[in-house]
Amino acid sequence: MRPFEQIVTEHGPMVLRVCRAVVGPQDAEDAWSETFLSALKAYPDLPADANVEAWLVTIAHRKAIDVVRAAARRPTPVDALPERPARAGRPEDWDGDLWRVLKALPDRQRRAVAYHYLAGLPYKEIAALCGGSADAARRAAADGVRTLRTTYPSPTDQRGVTRS
Amino acid sequence: MTASDPRTGRLFTALPVQDDPAMARLHERLVERARQEGVLDVAYRTLDTPVGTLLLAATAQGLVKVAYAVQDHDAVLRQLAGSVSPRILSAPARLDDTSRQIDEYFAGRRTRFELPLDWRLSTGFRREVLRHLCDIGYGRTESYAQVASAAGSPRAVRAVGTACATNPLPLVVPCHRVVRSDGSAGGYAGGADAKHTLLALEATP
Repeated sequence: MRPFEQIVTEHGPMVLRVCRAVVGPQDAEDAWSETFLSALKAYPDLPADANVEAWLVTIAHRKAIDVVRAAARRPTPVDALPERPARAGRPEDWDGDLWRVLKALPDRQRRAVAYHYLAGLPYKEIAALCGGSADAARRAAADGVRTLRTTYPSPTDQRGVTRS
Repeated sequence: MTASDPRTGRLFTALPVQDDPAMARLHERLVERARQEGVLDVAYRTLDTPVGTLLLAATAQGLVKVAYAVQDHDAVLRQLAGSVSPRILSAPARLDDTSRQIDEYFAGRRTRFELPLDWRLSTGFRREVLRHLCDIGYGRTESYAQVASAAGSPRAVRAVGTACATNPLPLVVPCHRVVRSDGSAGGYAGGADAKHTLLALEATP
């Protein structure tokens, strides 16, 4: 079995991207921390032939839900206006504009997009995680990406100009 | 893994694939949480010394493994994952005291290590031999035959050689102080040069 340190080095950055895309800059690091602490505890029992990436994304999926629920219970009101970029986390970490458009997607689409395009999970496994069929997961990812292409300005676009 | 479609991949360029400051922050937080919850079974770090880079690994009981670079640190960590626990993280702070004492030893300011040791990686007669080695003082040497007698089995000279060769805690448990009866240094896990360096250091007044 590989030392857990190697799991963190190899897969930590991917899980952080997924957490950032699913829960946003403010809660991403909490979700990552909960994911890897939970993974460390369970690691000795992981079967030798397990797909480590899929295993980590499964844990991250559950922890992201927990973290968002806990955040919703916090007394601090969360800015709900999609027009204002959520830069409440660490603004240097990544572009708040991307989170603004990701956040506007239905949860199902945002997760399907993150798990497929950032974690490389097949649609069948995304369906096992999120419920529904593989085809439904494929459609959710495709719909999500289509919306992102129309709402997220590409780096060459002028800020504030929306492509149609 | 990136998206197969480059247009889609470009959507996520704002999300860094590798964010080193964030990973460093998160790693530190993971080590701290794991320590609090008692699930960090093996902490390790590397330390640069005059005999090369040493790998130092500790359990909650104490120092469990010291390895020279020639022993292949990655391979040693994989062995620890199998023999102790795969819950292994780089956690240099857990080995601050060990590192300080080793630095002092190489600076000639320490002749004895005062560290909790976890002996689990040696058993039986080998462990008896290694425990006896701790009684061979700084700057002194014993022959393999002398060690065999001291361990209660005068004829087990070869077994003493094996115990020294498989010492999980070289340097700290001073197998480098065991030499051949003809006075030549004999083998060493860290290589002959490392053994000479340590014996020369300890021979310096």
